[in-house]
Amino acid sequence: MRRDLGLFYISNRLVLEPAVSSRKQEFIDGVRDTFPLLLGAFPFGLIYGAVAVTAGVSLAAAMAMSVFVFAGSAQFIAVGLVAAQTPVAIIVLTTFIVNLRHLLYSATLLPHLKDLPQRWRIPLAFWLTDETFAVAVHRFQKKDSSSCKHWYQLGSSIAMYLNWQFWCFSGMLLGNRLPDASNWGLDVAMPVTFIGMIIPFVKTIPLAVCALTAGAASLLTLGMPYKLGIIASAFAGIGAGLMAEQVGKRTREALRA
Amino acid sequence: MTANEWLMIAGMTGVTFGIRYVLFAVADRIRLAPWIEASLKFIPPAVLIAITLPAVLLPKGEWHVSFSNPYLVSAIVTTAAGILTRNLLATIGIGLSAFFAYRFFL
Repeated sequence: MRRDLGLFYISNRLVLEPAVSSRKQEFIDGVRDTFPLLLGAFPFGLIYGAVAVTAGVSLAAAMAMSVFVFAGSAQFIAVGLVAAQTPVAIIVLTTFIVNLRHLLYSATLLPHLKDLPQRWRIPLAFWLTDETFAVAVHRFQKKDSSSCKHWYQLGSSIAMYLNWQFWCFSGMLLGNRLPDASNWGLDVAMPVTFIGMIIPFVKTIPLAVCALTAGAASLLTLGMPYKLGIIASAFAGIGAGLMAEQVGKRTREALRA
Repeated sequence: MTANEWLMIAGMTGVTFGIRYVLFAVADRIRLAPWIEASLKFIPPAVLIAITLPAVLLPKGEWHVSFSNPYLVSAIVTTAAGILTRNLLATIGIGLSAFFAYRFFL
């Protein structure tokens, strides 16, 4: 009886779960599509590692931060605060505020991940970054019926994670031997990769209105501390995009009437 | 590692993972209002551009809006390359080349 049940489950699983090959393919595609973005993260990892060990953070702590926190801009700000002898509570609070944008990212991914078990949601949350978010959203937005798009996000996540650890560690080893790494202009890799990520999102007029508004707002909110201007600008852009969508809808209705 | 460093890393790990996970954790138990669902598609371009534009126009923390700003020049080239090629790797390659070529020749 028990054996029969087991067989039933096995055959059921074979039918219900997608073929291994399509999971593997999604995973590989996720790694492949993230590859160009690794280029944008590498200088940050390298400079983070070098700055961390010269800011008075121990090698172990600097590496542990990369391994467990895994959030580039927060790590940068944290080592700067350590160098300025800031209390731990303030560093943790700052990390919280700087990372608030991830709440918006997870909200965007929510409809696509809600049917996954927690054993998937936990690692995908831990590995959420700007880059993985951008490529995964594109994958989820494609209309095909693939049921293993989360494997794509997993591939992207792991590629970003290993890349980040490698370059952070390299930066720590080079440390003082990278004295003016921040003057090499490697930091241009961030805006260049981010522009590459943004363009495919601007597909309609409301999305363009949203992008232009958020961009303008980001320049007007530069005075806000802890990068809160990013959140404020995002809301301004979302609001403008929604309004543009309404205006477009009404114009089309008026033209039809 | 000092006790203080342990505390800092534990705290940073906790808040960072918390923010990334809290909505995923309840994903199957909450339903988004239709207007929120409609606004989700605006989040990626809005957040990404708000991170990027200041890095281009204030590359060293100070306003630098001129053609002598290599970050701005390469951002313009990258945007054009992105629209024309529709290929991420090519876009990034062209953008980075433009930056270093511009710095080298000027």
